[in-house]
Parts: sequence; C-alpha cells; structure tokens
Amino acid sequence: MRAIAAVAAPVAALGRGVLGGLAATGRFAIFSAEALSHILRPPLYPREALAALFTIGWLSLPVVGLTAVFTGGALALQIYAGGARFNAEAVVPQIVAIGMVRELGPVLVGLMIAARVTSSIAAEIATMRVTEQIDALVTLATNPMKYLVAPRVLAGLVTVPLLTGLGDVIGVMGGWLVATQTLGFNSATYLANTVDFIEAHDVWSSLAKGAVFGGIAALSGCYFGMTSGRGAQGVGRATKAAVEAAAVMILAANFLLTGVFFSV
Amino acid sequence: MIAIEGLCKTFGETPVLRGVDLRVARGQSLVVIGGSGTGKSVLLKCILGLVEPDAGRISIAGEPLGPRHREALFSRFGMLFQGAALFDSLPVWQNVAFRLLRGPGRLTRRAARQVAVEKLGRVGLGPEVADRFPAELSGGMQKRAGLARAIAADPEIIFFDEPTTGLDPIMAGVINTLIREIVSDMGATAITITHDMSSVRSIADRVAMLHDGVIRWEGPAAGIDRSGDPYVDQFIHGRAELLP
Repeated sequence: MRAIAAVAAPVAALGRGVLGGLAATGRFAIFSAEALSHILRPPLYPREALAALFTIGWLSLPVVGLTAVFTGGALALQIYAGGARFNAEAVVPQIVAIGMVRELGPVLVGLMIAARVTSSIAAEIATMRVTEQIDALVTLATNPMKYLVAPRVLAGLVTVPLLTGLGDVIGVMGGWLVATQTLGFNSATYLANTVDFIEAHDVWSSLAKGAVFGGIAALSGCYFGMTSGRGAQGVGRATKAAVEAAAVMILAANFLLTGVFFSV
Repeated sequence: MIAIEGLCKTFGETPVLRGVDLRVARGQSLVVIGGSGTGKSVLLKCILGLVEPDAGRISIAGEPLGPRHREALFSRFGMLFQGAALFDSLPVWQNVAFRLLRGPGRLTRRAARQVAVEKLGRVGLGPEVADRFPAELSGGMQKRAGLARAIAADPEIIFFDEPTTGLDPIMAGVINTLIREIVSDMGATAITITHDMSSVRSIADRVAMLHDGVIRWEGPAAGIDRSGDPYVDQFIHGRAELLP
C-alpha cells in the first residue's frame, strides 16, 4: 500500500500542477477577453489612455532603440564571421534585414516591453490592490477594468507595433553602421540590398507580432496586478509572475505566429 | 434603509460570517464593533459587492442589492477607507473630485476643483493642499482628504472603515468630530466599523457587536455601558481575560 502511495504521489502532484496550469490559463483567457471587450465599449477614459500611450510608447523608445542598434550590429558581425567560412560574407545585408524584421526586432522589443512595462504595470496595479485603491475605485462607481486595464492594453496594442517597426529600422541601421564602418561594405550597396530583399509580408508580419506581444505584455501586467496577494510579498510575487508569464507567452506566440506567417 | 438578513461567508474552512442580521434606519449612524478578525471588514465588503456572500440577503430601501442596484448604490455612496486609499497618481483635489470629473453628471474641471477645495475646507485642509500628491501628506491629512472624497458628491450613505486607526488620540478626536458633524449635517445613513471606543461614543447612534460570526448585541450607543453582555463589557473595558 505504501509503495503504491509512493508511486502515486508524484503522479498526483503532476496532475495537480497540470490542472492548476489549465485553470490559470482559463482565468487569464477570461480576463483578457473582458479587458479587450472594455476597449470597445464606452465609457472610455481618454486621459488614462493618453497617459498609458506616453508611458508605454514614448518612454520605451530609448531602451528599444539601444537594444535594436546593438543587436543589429552584433548580428552583422556574426553573419560576416560565419559567412566567411563558406565565402558568403556578401549576404550580411540580407540576413541582418530578414533576421531583424522577421524575428529579432519583434521578439526583442516584446521582451524589453515585458521587462520594462509589464513589471511596472503589475507593480503599480498590485500596490493599488494592496492599498485598497481598487476597492476605492469601485465605490466611486468606476469599473477598474475600464479605468486601469483597458487603457493600458489599448496602449500596448497600439504602441508596441510602432516600437517594433522602429526597432526593425534601427536594428538594420545598426548592422549597416557596423558593416560599413568595420567590415568594408559600400553604404549604398548595403542599403540597396536591404531594401531589395525585404518584402511587404516581412514588414506587416513584424508589426502584427508587435501588436500581439504588446497586448500580451500589457494583459499580463494587468492580470497579475489585479490578482495580487497581500502585502509587499504579494506585490513582489505578482510582478515576478507577470514578467515571467509575459516573456514565456511572447516566445510561445512568436513560435506560433512564425508558423502561421512563414509556413512553407 | 439598509437591511441585512442571514449573511454568511466562509473562507476555505473558516466561517467568518455565520448569519448576520442588521438594520440601519435612514439618517442613522450605526457603529459595528468587534475584535480583530471577527469579520467586520468582510461585512462591509459583502454590502459593497467586493466579496460575494455565500448566503443571505442585503437590501437598500427595500430593494434587494444585485449588481444593477449596486451601481445605483454607488452613485449615492461615499466611503472612507482604513488607509484612506487615495490614488497616488492624482493630486489631492483630483482625488476628492474623482467622481465629479467622471460619469454622466460630470462637472467641468474648474467647477470640480472648486467643489474639491470647498470639501477640503470642510475637513480642515486649506486650498494649498489641493495640488499636493497623497504621498506628500501626513497620515492624518490623508485621512481627512479621504473623508473629503467620501463626502464630495453629498452621498446619502457613507461607510467608514476603521476611521481612526493609526492616528494619534488628538487627530482621532478631530476625525471622530468631523464624521459626527458630517453625518448629522448631511442627514446621511452611516455604517462605521471600528474597535476604537472613542469613535463609538462620538459617532454612533446605535452600536452592534460582531462576535463569532453573528451580531452578539445591538442597542443604542447610550446603552452600551449597561448592555449586560459579558463580551461587550470586556470589549469596552479592554479586559484581557478569556470568556467561555
């Protein structure tokens, strides 16, 4: 009997974990659907939406720009070094362009937004939960989903594709800078090769990924903030969980979207 | 005005409310007392819909309180939270005028600010406080600003959650006096939860003691010293002995 219990215990623990994970996924999905529905239904809070657009979009520009320029530069160096093994150094502009626009641009922007914005949203809303500010909103006849969540999710959906587009351009220019200044590429030829190689499909798939990742980042911050536990520890746990969940969901969504957009 | 019948709430295996019955007449100030962890805050949160009760009935002016009626309740409702719960990101005047700046009957920013400054004056805070942020105020000033927010829309019903917790006795006395004046002047129906006996004596028309998940004693504030209930006596005198 004891032996059966010893074997069953890990299986039961695994089952509990799977069921817990499914329940959490369901709660997040319901929360997301409700949040998105509030974007479409009045009343809207334009001041809060503008503040969120500024915070998520404009204030993220420096970190997105720096991430993209260094990644584009490093990518150029790597492709040049790797391509030299089979005399293919000339493909640097094309590979930097396709790598940045299709993959690295949206994914890195998404992850940087998860680090910067998801954490900040989760910590802010969790602190509001812990200090009864969200209860206060309810008693002031204001729906927290409309006032706190919808403006942030809207801002994520609108600004992250723009940041992704900008990150793509800056990343490509980072590669151009390194290629022309240290690898001996001709500037005009590099840019011509880049523009010739990139297709419209690459660009809009990149922007679509950005919108999905922006939505995930904002929703994750809002969900874990709204469901935070008590006290400083609750705020800390909510913030950590929000960033982890956002990062994993962004990478998983990237895999799925890449399959959808570029499956042969 | 407010009627609560058979209200029950259990968290996990722990029953917190086990059939609470309470009535508050229009314009009356009821204070609910009880030790820490006896479910006073849960009782308020059940009325507000922030916690879903397992059983029981809550009605306001004879109407059972469902989600739709709760929206109507909040349109004529004010609440002072234990920690004031002011919004950190907004200056004090926007906190006070929060309701006035939003919703169907919203005022212009200029008019809302005027009302906010007037309400801040009502609780003894000068206009210079209006543009400060909550983090720049002391605990007592935050409580007063929270009180100004609670009364900003001239509510018919006001809840006070531990209004004097964390304040020195002088500031607690100031807050108690303000609450009593506001409730009397506005003719509002008020429910206060507290374990501060000075608040009870200042604010209450009637007192109810919540103990072990039920209302153990209820009566006029003037009669609390002659309740004849050992738990009420122990509470008001702060005696430490264990009762059966």
